[in-house]
Amino acid sequence: MNKFAKIASCVLAGTMVLSTSAFAADTWKVGGIGPTTGGAAVYGQAVANAMQIAADEINEAGGINGYQVEINFQDDEHDAEKAVNAYNTLKDWGMQILEGTVTSTPCIAVAAETLNDNMFQITPSGSAQECAAGANAFRVCFTDPAQGTMSALYIGEHGLAEKVAIIYNSSDVYSTGIYETFVTEAESQGFEVVSVEAFTEDSKTDFSVQLQKAKEAGADLVFLPIYYTEASLILTQAAAMEYAPTFFGVDGMDGILDVEGFDTTLAEGVMLLTPFVASAEDELTQNFVSKFEELYGGIPNQFAADAYDGLYAIKAAAEASDLNPDMSISDICEGLKAGMTSITFDGLTGAGCTWDENGEPTKDPKAMVIENGVYAPME
Amino acid sequence: MTFLNYLISGISLGSVYAIIALGYTMVYGIAKMLNFAHGDVIMVGAYTVFVAMSSSGLPALPAILLSMAVCTVLGVVIERVAYRPLRGAASPLAVLITAIGVSYLLQNLALLIFGSNTKSFSTVVPLSPLKLAGGQITISGETIVTILASILIVVGLSLFINRTKPGQAMLAVSEDQGAAKLMGINVNGTIALTFAIGSSLAAIAGVLLCSAYPSLTPYTGSMPGIKAFVAAVFGGIGSIPGAMIGGILLGIIEIFGKAYISSQMADAIVFAVLIIVLLVKPTGILGKPIREKV
Amino acid sequence: MKKTISRTARQNAITYGIVLAFFAVMQPLAMTGKLSSSLSGLLIPFCYYVVLAVSLNLTVGILGELSLGHAGFMCVGAFASAFFSKCVQGTITNSLVRFLLALLIGSAFAALFGILIGIPVLRLRGDYLAIVTLAFGEIIKNLVNVLFIGRDSEGIHFSMKDSLSLHLGEGGEVLVNGPQGISGISRDSTFILGTILVLLTLFIVLRLIQSRDGRAIMAIRDNRIAAESIGINITKYKLMAFTVSAALAGAGGVLYAHNLATLTATSKNFGYNMSIMILVYVVMGGIGNIRGSVIAPVVLNLVLDYFLRKFQLMGDSPVLQFLSDNRMLIYAIVLILIMVMTWSPKMVEKRNALFGRRKESKEG
Repeated sequence: MNKFAKIASCVLAGTMVLSTSAFAADTWKVGGIGPTTGGAAVYGQAVANAMQIAADEINEAGGINGYQVEINFQDDEHDAEKAVNAYNTLKDWGMQILEGTVTSTPCIAVAAETLNDNMFQITPSGSAQECAAGANAFRVCFTDPAQGTMSALYIGEHGLAEKVAIIYNSSDVYSTGIYETFVTEAESQGFEVVSVEAFTEDSKTDFSVQLQKAKEAGADLVFLPIYYTEASLILTQAAAMEYAPTFFGVDGMDGILDVEGFDTTLAEGVMLLTPFVASAEDELTQNFVSKFEELYGGIPNQFAADAYDGLYAIKAAAEASDLNPDMSISDICEGLKAGMTSITFDGLTGAGCTWDENGEPTKDPKAMVIENGVYAPME
Repeated sequence: MTFLNYLISGISLGSVYAIIALGYTMVYGIAKMLNFAHGDVIMVGAYTVFVAMSSSGLPALPAILLSMAVCTVLGVVIERVAYRPLRGAASPLAVLITAIGVSYLLQNLALLIFGSNTKSFSTVVPLSPLKLAGGQITISGETIVTILASILIVVGLSLFINRTKPGQAMLAVSEDQGAAKLMGINVNGTIALTFAIGSSLAAIAGVLLCSAYPSLTPYTGSMPGIKAFVAAVFGGIGSIPGAMIGGILLGIIEIFGKAYISSQMADAIVFAVLIIVLLVKPTGILGKPIREKV
Repeated sequence: MKKTISRTARQNAITYGIVLAFFAVMQPLAMTGKLSSSLSGLLIPFCYYVVLAVSLNLTVGILGELSLGHAGFMCVGAFASAFFSKCVQGTITNSLVRFLLALLIGSAFAALFGILIGIPVLRLRGDYLAIVTLAFGEIIKNLVNVLFIGRDSEGIHFSMKDSLSLHLGEGGEVLVNGPQGISGISRDSTFILGTILVLLTLFIVLRLIQSRDGRAIMAIRDNRIAAESIGINITKYKLMAFTVSAALAGAGGVLYAHNLATLTATSKNFGYNMSIMILVYVVMGGIGNIRGSVIAPVVLNLVLDYFLRKFQLMGDSPVLQFLSDNRMLIYAIVLILIMVMTWSPKMVEKRNALFGRRKESKEG
């Protein structure tokens, strides 16, 4: 028997504190969950940072209904099991409201827990349908099906292409979800899907085969329902093989212009449907982007924007139902549910956003095209 | 024509695997350990070049030399602090687990220092692509340089191991550490030298990997590291030309699998071919058969 | 002779006793709500990590072969059982019956894969065997990710492309949805069932090790040629150990699958990352030391998912904040330190001098 294990287990057993922590009722305790380590860390960190910015702003302006907001963000490593561990840790902390989780699969696992506890949950970016299945769960972003359908509609209605190729990540829930609804909608549109190729999490460096197939099929538009990291590689490799179709992305494409060291001329003419544009001129966006750059460096992506909006939506809903942190978790949840469906919310990711009882947002995505290295609205 | 294009894509990808596998197989062959942190040393090498070139404005060549120096020191330090104390441990698995710890450590340090945002790596290769058959076939400058570098490394390493004294010492250590020690060879020093060379090769591999596929994150090294490990086994672990052949074959299989069978199942195809090869030839393509003593 | 038997029995009793004592302390606390949420949430994960570590120890420590694909068997067990549970959710309403059937199915599938993979793989040696097990693990993960199964009034539909190709009719339901895996699984795992599974695993593994078969397996580990020369059927015993190990890993997977509302196969939970994680438990607890494999997963998970997370809640100190913000970094350092301290020959010598020489027991 290993001596270390023996000693360590005694020490750990001795120090294990059994606690049901005392609930301090003078602040709002909002928990956040997302990957801050591992391959998906970039999304989780963006959300954590943006939540902190929003909380600081809200606190400075007097809090929610006069109570200050406290944020605690836990890492889930983009894994369902770890996300549930994170959720339980936050419960011990005294969390009353959950803003999370960032990615879809962990979100589905956590949603089952929040439903059990009747804890209000709003996910900034969990886009799979099941993420907001419970009555207590809302989301800020669009669902995958909505994005796929909207993209196909947009391409069809504007006659952007006759032959469309798709390159998607078959090991990713988000990407597969959009791809499938895109294909479904494409059947009733005036273009033809000529090539569908996938890649996986473990082989996402070389895209020459996928691009070659699209080129051979004569596709004049390539639909990329994927995140910008892989998209930047695809654009680079397409340029190297002198293949220049129109590239059309979804909200995951946002951020491509801000990849450090990326040659933005490669992204010239790329179109994307996204609710958030960091270069937008309005005061809200400008304020958020400059704060984010100052505190954390780099341009915030749509995950950050969704998270920022998420906390403000919580604030608006809590104020609409006149809630205070003294109430029970379940009462807060009921109050927020009622509040969410009654508010009309102007945020970074769209003005006049409303939520229905299923927790789904209604807002318009903006169609953008990259011109001269910046986003320009289409039409 | 399409077939040729796929073949060239395969060779491009394979040449990157090959150059990573060379460092892997070198350390494995001499020190007899699977250095799971090798892929992460590659990542450190790539970040060093990225920082040197974009922040300090260094030209490519000095940046690469700097990166090689950084990785060499890193490799020696890792060996000294984490691996050497475990030499002669009751099980060879102890050092394997420590290597995994080092891999996590490097990834998370990089995450802390450089953040999680993807960096786009600008190429260090000034060559323009080679066009054949009236522009229908393109071979990128990165591919040409990577292949040339791999060949140079194979030749250089073979000469070094067979013709120089420290190289002979490495061979002796790889055959039998105990006997080498009795012959007056400094085993610790020889293994440290192996790590130094292996890590400086990792720096070159990192630069070429990120030049060919310009996306750099703290986790960039881990999957190519695993693939290179597969490539090294493919070619026969410990065999230097085997690592190169294994790497290039792996790249070609991956691309052909995607192109002609299914792009969703590329990984499964690569691994299935590996299994078949090993079942037919249990010590890899150029591996020495294991002799057994009773 | 008699003395050694009673010694083994005593050692076994201590191992079972640790599990039972842990259960006896935790279960009442969890039932009465005195246990913090984070700790009670970790109880079932403790159970499946112990099952996985003990079963891998059978391959690594007792059979003496390095397997880097253990998570693959876990994956098979998890998906086979979750698919079953999802199918019969409407028909079998008793969760205990459903779980036990799922457990049988999951372990049986994993055992089947164990045999199928074991036959070719076990001909290889050393690191070549390790890489082939890694390859099988990755193949299983990749295939599960392109598996689409749906059900409608016409029966079961199957596709390896996407859920559209299932061509489900009206009211059809996608059961296994590629990368999205299986969601809405009934959460039938409980700490009691987990503890029983741990005890059962220990019983099977310890009985195997301490039987005639187990001695044959260890003889192969210690000297294959000598074992062969005295007439031990190498293939049979290797395959036996490997299959039992796979079946138990499958059982661990069943417990995993029924603990979360959603089941997907990523490199984090069923890929080589997980296989390596389980190997870390085994090595840290002691190769061939079954009791160590019971304790190490619990200790490591407590460090990673309990203490390092809790640091943040203990106070406002920037040091604590840094520790919890960088838990993976701290974990990596802890891992290296523990390995160097427990395995380095120098440290072992010092420890022996300090505590007096203790006989390391192989069978634990």
